[in-house]
Amino acid sequence: MSLQNFISKAISPWMKNEGPDSDIVLSSRIRLARNIEEIEFPIIASKEKLENIIEIVKDKFSKHTHRKFGELELLKMDDMKPNEKRVLVEKHLISPNLSDESKAGAVLLSEDESLSIMVNEEDHFRIQILLSGFQLDQGLNYANEIDDWMEEKVDFAFDQKRGYLTSCPTNVGTGLRASVMMHLPALVITRQMNRILPAINQLGLVVRGIYGEGSEALGNLFQISNQTTLGKSEEDIVDDLRSVVVQLIQQERTARETLLQQSKLQMEDRVYRSYGILSYSRTMESKEATQRLSDVRLGIDLGLITDLSGSILNELMILTQPGFLQQYAGEILSSEQRDQRRATLIRERLKLENNA
Amino acid sequence: MLCQECQERQATLHFTKIINGEKTEFHICDTCAKEKGEYIPGSNSFSIHQLLSGLLDIDQPLSSTNSGLNQVKQQLKCPNCGMTYQQFAEIGRFGCGECYKTFNEKLDPIFKRIHSGNAIHGGKIPKRKGKDIHIHKEIERLKEQMQQYITKEEFEKAAEIRDKIRSLEKSLDKKREG
Repeated sequence: MSLQNFISKAISPWMKNEGPDSDIVLSSRIRLARNIEEIEFPIIASKEKLENIIEIVKDKFSKHTHRKFGELELLKMDDMKPNEKRVLVEKHLISPNLSDESKAGAVLLSEDESLSIMVNEEDHFRIQILLSGFQLDQGLNYANEIDDWMEEKVDFAFDQKRGYLTSCPTNVGTGLRASVMMHLPALVITRQMNRILPAINQLGLVVRGIYGEGSEALGNLFQISNQTTLGKSEEDIVDDLRSVVVQLIQQERTARETLLQQSKLQMEDRVYRSYGILSYSRTMESKEATQRLSDVRLGIDLGLITDLSGSILNELMILTQPGFLQQYAGEILSSEQRDQRRATLIRERLKLENNA
Repeated sequence: MLCQECQERQATLHFTKIINGEKTEFHICDTCAKEKGEYIPGSNSFSIHQLLSGLLDIDQPLSSTNSGLNQVKQQLKCPNCGMTYQQFAEIGRFGCGECYKTFNEKLDPIFKRIHSGNAIHGGKIPKRKGKDIHIHKEIERLKEQMQQYITKEEFEKAAEIRDKIRSLEKSLDKKREG
């Protein structure tokens, strides 16, 4: 398969760098946790009962066409090869938990991959909408629509006082987790992030690096999401998150302007060094790739690099993950082989862009 | 010993995690340890639940000094799925929807701790199943109103409301039969 072909098949719409404020907010995600009434949660339910749920899904949801999302395809974890599952994890369509630890786990996917419904993860259903750019409201609307559509056919575990009942007490009530993935290089370079992070936590939101552990955020990518699910309405939860994200976008833009005004030469040097390394390396660890790609993306956004499109970060961040590299190679690779393949893929991808 | 992540290289890093008495051993190689940030299946949810179970168990030191409380705790067992409160506190997750009713008296402080002071749902109500809930809420409101009229000795008005309540209750019964 040619690289171009592979990429076009591998890319989900949310990686395409479209939508509002997509220079800073890479993607928006809404997740609703739901369970069927009277059936034990997956953590203790027998495999038979969970397989029964898959049958319900097959019967009521996978054969029917939803008017917005088209036909939904049901994929059972037991029928998939480890690397196929890994690719879905890397695309953020399923969780590592569903891939590796679920009994009778499955996922319902829409053709454009903006909707995925995990079955028998921690809860019976996890409805997930993933959109590119800053589109939390739209995401919530879609998720609500799918929720209503499912509720027409199955009885959800719901309690007047506690709301939607979930396996984990951190999800009870709305079952809603709203999150955005943000690229905040200028706030990191100007060392403002350390000051901002504690403030965000105080507002009941959680920030974490997407790649990398703890406070170290590889590639200057941060995921911000609500922590509490009980007490507030869905709209209020999303509003609270949105207002913080709006402020972060403003601060990041200001910091980018300051960098351009006060240290243009240093910025130019930094982004072109990374561009050069990505263009000519022969082996590259994922950690370095993530950081270099972040630099190049910043260079594109600042107008310093003009011969590349902005979607390069979103795309290559996913395509250079181990699962994708193995899928492209068609075999399982050692970590040295992956580093070599990663460097090659990035080089070829950049060449594609320059020829276009 | 081979690395448990890649099954290829020799494991060079050995460590044991003990959380709440539960022992987990890890044997991984240098390369996979370096890649830890890149991908470790399930590592994320693991730590969250361990943390959470600590939170749920927060009243344990108190209850262990008070044998009466401890007994109550042990007696709580969900009739639907069989999960005990002790098990819930250990794994940090409910076994089924019924557990919420079974452990109800203990949940308010837990929810308040997790959800910045909230213990009562304030969001969406399912459209189809929720119809009954709307009616129940209306009945409760009318009953309060009826009590007020009774204390004011306005019995005619109270009777009017009683009829309204009866017709609402009938509509609920009909639904159940249908």
